[in-house]
Amino acid sequence: MNRYLLPGGVFLLLVIVLYIGIQRAPQKTVIPSALLGKPAPQFTLPVLGRNESFSSTSLAGRWHAINVWGTWCPECRVEHDMLLRIADSGELPLIGFNWKDDDAAALDWLAQLGNPYSVVVADREGRAAINWGVYGAPETFLINDRGIVVHKHVGAMTQEVWEREFRARLPRTAALPGALK
Amino acid sequence: MIAELGHFALILALLAAVMQAAFGLIGPAVDKPALTAVVRPATSAQFVLVTISLGALVWAFVQNDFSVEYVASNSNSALPLLYRVSAVWGAHEGSLLLWAWILAGWTLAVSWRSGGLPEGFAARVLGILGLVSIGFLLFTLATSNPFARLEPAVPDGRDLNPLLQDPALAAHPPMLYAGYVGLSVAFAFACAAMIEGRLDQTWARWTRPWTTVAWAFLTVGIALGSWWAYYELGWGGYWFWDPVENASFMPWLIATALIHSLAVTEKRGLFKSWTLLLAILAFSLSLLGTFLVRSGVLVSVHSFAADPARGMFILIFLVMIIGGALTLYAWRAPLLRSEAGFEFTSRESFLLFNNILLVVAAAVIFAGTMAPLISDALGLGTLSVGRQYFDPVFLLPTLPLLALAAVGLHSGWKRGRVSDRRAAILWTLLAAVLVTLLLVLGVWEGAKILTPVGFALGVWLILSSLVDPIDRWRRKLTLTPALLGMALAHASLGVFVVSITAVETYTRERDLALAVGEAGQVGEFEYRLTGLSGVEGPNYDALRGEVVVTEGGKPVGVLYPEKRNYWVQRQVMTEAGIDMQWTRDVFVALGEDLGAGRWSVRAQVRPLINYVWFAAVLMALGGIWAACDRRYRREPRA
Amino acid sequence: MMRWARGFLAGVVVLVLSGSALAIDPIELADPALQERYRELTHELRCMQCQNQSIADSPVGLAGDLRREVRELLEAGKTDAEIREHLRARYGDFILFRPVFNWRNAWLWVTPVILLLLGLAVAMRVIRQRARLAATDTSSPDDPVA
Repeated sequence: MNRYLLPGGVFLLLVIVLYIGIQRAPQKTVIPSALLGKPAPQFTLPVLGRNESFSSTSLAGRWHAINVWGTWCPECRVEHDMLLRIADSGELPLIGFNWKDDDAAALDWLAQLGNPYSVVVADREGRAAINWGVYGAPETFLINDRGIVVHKHVGAMTQEVWEREFRARLPRTAALPGALK
Repeated sequence: MIAELGHFALILALLAAVMQAAFGLIGPAVDKPALTAVVRPATSAQFVLVTISLGALVWAFVQNDFSVEYVASNSNSALPLLYRVSAVWGAHEGSLLLWAWILAGWTLAVSWRSGGLPEGFAARVLGILGLVSIGFLLFTLATSNPFARLEPAVPDGRDLNPLLQDPALAAHPPMLYAGYVGLSVAFAFACAAMIEGRLDQTWARWTRPWTTVAWAFLTVGIALGSWWAYYELGWGGYWFWDPVENASFMPWLIATALIHSLAVTEKRGLFKSWTLLLAILAFSLSLLGTFLVRSGVLVSVHSFAADPARGMFILIFLVMIIGGALTLYAWRAPLLRSEAGFEFTSRESFLLFNNILLVVAAAVIFAGTMAPLISDALGLGTLSVGRQYFDPVFLLPTLPLLALAAVGLHSGWKRGRVSDRRAAILWTLLAAVLVTLLLVLGVWEGAKILTPVGFALGVWLILSSLVDPIDRWRRKLTLTPALLGMALAHASLGVFVVSITAVETYTRERDLALAVGEAGQVGEFEYRLTGLSGVEGPNYDALRGEVVVTEGGKPVGVLYPEKRNYWVQRQVMTEAGIDMQWTRDVFVALGEDLGAGRWSVRAQVRPLINYVWFAAVLMALGGIWAACDRRYRREPRA
Repeated sequence: MMRWARGFLAGVVVLVLSGSALAIDPIELADPALQERYRELTHELRCMQCQNQSIADSPVGLAGDLRREVRELLEAGKTDAEIREHLRARYGDFILFRPVFNWRNAWLWVTPVILLLLGLAVAMRVIRQRARLAATDTSSPDDPVA
């Protein structure tokens, strides 16, 4: 007798799993970063539009965010205004990471739309991006003052994301060590 | 206007389905023939109404009515007529309407061809099918209405996805759905039997042909999809263990087990609960497949636009239908035990192993497909499962299955008498080994470990399938369609195994960087790029390459791979140039502009690949041939 | 949150469907042994953007970058395991098509074996029962059964 109930039991388990799957479906597309809790990869890249390079070692001791973007990426356009607002608030310095883009187009974009970044580096070939596990723009990494990656957000930055995922993680000190400009 | 008519017809169809289900199930329950008699007219009405509805949608596409949102999203005035029609089932809403129409069609067929069944039983079968129809029609009307209007109407549509603008892919969903839906007939037969608490050999004889035909459609549908992927997706692959591919393959495996289980039930009244369970399982997997593709639960190349709300609806439907069936099963199946026996080497025994191995294979694919979902649901993180997992774990139950099939084809019912057939078994095996050695050592080079195994099993299966028919022919016994169809189907499976082994082992592939006038070598074949020109199609413009292929100096042909740019959706698609021969395909596709006048070109030589799909079609034909046997059409002696 | 996720998914889906444009990679390594390893590795690594394709088959820029990374690591003399680990450390387990055998997904690899053994056990039990019945049953298989 009992074995005839077995198929029903298995089916019930399956339904539960599928139900949970539906609930979690909106988050399905995001792969968690392999870097969380680990030291941020170091990089030395040319500064966009200038004849110098920037090394990530100069970010040591400060909370900052690295924002991966490109002019070819529509979602980056969507988040741009939010980034400007974050920059204006002065709460967190933004480092722009121009990924696989054209320098002239990128400079044009920033000139026209505004520049929220303290500094913009250009990874034209995508080598450094691989070290960061970047797979689609826009992506934004939050790094703490000890150089550890504490959070990664894939997709456009919005007010909600900023409040819940970034701002909530920042330390409560009144002002962060100053702007990098 | 026409769209509203279509919408209205669909609502009426839902009402007809409700009548069909209600009268079909209540009539026999209260034993009132007057009520039961409403079922058949309700069935016919549902079919006519769904046809009107589908017709209205087809009309909207053909007439370029872009005020209908679904048409605007999936069509364009520049789209050729054939694709304007096939665009009807090119996306979620329309494909559901196609499902509903095919379901109504199968139900009507059952209604027409059930004259030999007891009226109460037939009514119950139609009633259950009515319940399924209700589910799909309600789902369509409530969450996926294809007739929704777009305000304001757009002047032109967003065009059909260029990937779908292809004749094979136009035919693929109807074939596939015919298969899925056909399995609901087996399901309905099973439920009706459980409701009545009776399941005998006559029941099995009724159910078998319907199930076999459904299985045949499913076989062709899957083969079409695979063939299309091969020549359209541009890199020569034909099976990716993609979740949606798996969603069609699992019901196929279970349907195969089901038709074999039905054979045992028909012949010896055994495996009754197995057969019931397999019938429920086959249909469940069809429904589950529908769920997976449309709910956003799994990311796949094939996914329709994902919507968790739709996923919820299908899940509830799944719970009701399958939960109901499994409850019936737990209640009734214990009554069905038969006390017949069979020996260890009997045909029943082989078929039992057959069924178990097929179920294990389906379960393994299920586990792999659902693994990312389960892992995520249990908080174990994201899991990735690809062909490196599926290939070996699928072969685990399948290789023994093929060997058992080759031997089992010789076995007799109940007593087995395999020792009597020892000679036949041994010489077929020997011949298979010889052919294998010939192929592996003589014809081609570069065998891998599983290559001789695959060849040997395939050839053994082909030869084993032919032994019985030839023996009967020599003894001047009748060769029924059932027997010949079965022989053809099993032999085709052998052909399939041989060709897949050849393709997987001996495919040669290279990516070449060529400028016009340059050539590259792949084994004995030389590919020379002799020209690049711009051409224009009805809704695209393309760069067409001209590649002259020679084999050891002898001309093979000129191939024209294209890189098409579809205007409306602004997608770039690769059309491969293929020289199709029975012995091998020569495959060439254009890649990227490498600059300095050079282009990357993928060149492949794929031996025996056309037999893969040819075998699948032959297998399906074998099934249909067997289903046409007169014994399924004779009137039962009550 | 859900809106952008759906949009993103739709974008990924469109990107994937449109990715029938070929990933063709005519760059071959000079050493045929390295070239063979390169082929194997690139078929084993998932393109993170078009998530159901390997980096060998995916046409997107990221796949090309990852292929380049694999090439450079091969030429630097790294082993296959080191290369896989290098990418896994940056992208997580998801980048490997063959799931790494660890305690978290051991169940995935063990399940097929267990299912097979279970199935065979069931089959043997049923056959033994039925064979016992057949020993005492003298009727012919063609006799109609209830």
